[in-house]
Amino acid sequence: MDILLSKYLGTFGEGLWVTAQFTVAGFLGSMILGVVLATFRISPVAYLRAVGLIFVEIFRNVPLVSLLILVVYGLPEIGITIDYLPSVMIAMILVGASFACEVFRTGINAIPAGQVEAGRAIGLGFFGVLREIVFPQATRAMVQPIVTLFIGILLSSSLAGVVGVMDLTAQVSYINNREALGLVTFLVAAVIYAVIALGAGAIGARLETKLRVLR
Amino acid sequence: MTTDQVLFDAVGPKAQRRVTLLTIASILLTLGLLALAYSQFYQSGQLAPSKWAEFRQSSTWLYLLKAFGNTALAALGAGAIALPMGLVLAVGRLSQTKLVRWPCTAVIELLRSVPLLLIIYIFVSALPPYGINPDVFWKLVIPIGICSGATIAEVFRAGILALPRGQTEAALSLGLTPVQAFRLVVFPQAVRIVLPALVAQIVILLKDTTLGYVVSYGELQQSGKVLVASTGHLVQTYLIITVVYIGMNIVISNAASAIDNRMARRRAGVADPTQQDATERQLSTIA
Repeated sequence: MDILLSKYLGTFGEGLWVTAQFTVAGFLGSMILGVVLATFRISPVAYLRAVGLIFVEIFRNVPLVSLLILVVYGLPEIGITIDYLPSVMIAMILVGASFACEVFRTGINAIPAGQVEAGRAIGLGFFGVLREIVFPQATRAMVQPIVTLFIGILLSSSLAGVVGVMDLTAQVSYINNREALGLVTFLVAAVIYAVIALGAGAIGARLETKLRVLR
Repeated sequence: MTTDQVLFDAVGPKAQRRVTLLTIASILLTLGLLALAYSQFYQSGQLAPSKWAEFRQSSTWLYLLKAFGNTALAALGAGAIALPMGLVLAVGRLSQTKLVRWPCTAVIELLRSVPLLLIIYIFVSALPPYGINPDVFWKLVIPIGICSGATIAEVFRAGILALPRGQTEAALSLGLTPVQAFRLVVFPQAVRIVLPALVAQIVILLKDTTLGYVVSYGELQQSGKVLVASTGHLVQTYLIITVVYIGMNIVISNAASAIDNRMARRRAGVADPTQQDATERQLSTIA
């Protein structure tokens, strides 16, 4: 434990920094692209709906490990060179966005169709319906799934190590290979992940109670 | 009729023109992107027939088929660990006794908030010095199994909680013991409720087995690495393997939602308690 602190505190820090970058960029990117995809999937343009559906079906079903390998090792082979960190982020966002899209769509569908029809009946237009009826209710239904998505992205960022990017999990494995400290090294990392994930879960639960509308 | 289908009114003539315009614009954009991708592949010489040569030989496909067998075996092994573990943890978390409920809750929450790869590394390099050094197959399958077990525990718990309390109360008032009530009344109904979620869990298991690439267990992804090492045809090999995974998972995902829809129709009119889990189920499949 002393060695861990004195010699490898910096290594932990570096790994945590990379993991944090992947998690934040992956989450924000997934949310933004997810909104775009969800817009495609609810638009009146049949072609865009089809594009959204195909995108989501592909990237929701691809193993992230396979996609990471293709993006990080495959793209340079066809003449597209991107740095390691952005490559990993691209793969994470492609997958994360397809899940985010489904979160948004499920949130919209949690509202009974009659509400939308009633909104139109009182003269609201498309954006009026979205702003006044769909959005306020859907956001409440989406808090918990979005937190789950965030945790999923945090945990999936560990797969960056598979393509040789030194995130927290990879750094921990590296420290263990050099010092053979046994379980301790891994437990420290496990605690860091658990604190972030459970913390996010707790914040989500509080947010949900706060936003809840009593009927 | 779902809400996302009624968001738009029937389009009038003006809106119809806009829709047509958008359709043409987005088709052109897609074609442009596809052309760009094609030219990248073409200019880097990746489309040359010689680069795909091994995929015209049946021996390559037989090799991949064997690798897929290992993938299936790993998923099956992990499932065999996850199902009983999930059931025990779910029942434990619902127990009236704090001494049972708290440890089960802790195990579930911890396993759900630690990356699978970290647990695999623990089995690969932290446990052997303590004398726990199983075959590489188990170093992959046990971590996948216990992680998935925690997820399945939450699936089972949601299914049990979705049943009306009256079911247990009626069973108890008939004179059944609590164990009998669970075994004969609650469990069979809960399993039916969570069946789609359990089928969807297969997709997660299959995705998780790609980590065989890390521990050098000869499943599909790892076998791709071996092929690439001998042929050097990286893009081609990994592309084909990824497409195989996607195709396989799409089939299983669609089977899960088909079962889901069928059961939702059967319950038509009754409030749908699994609606909420449906999202969570889809979410936990990221990795």
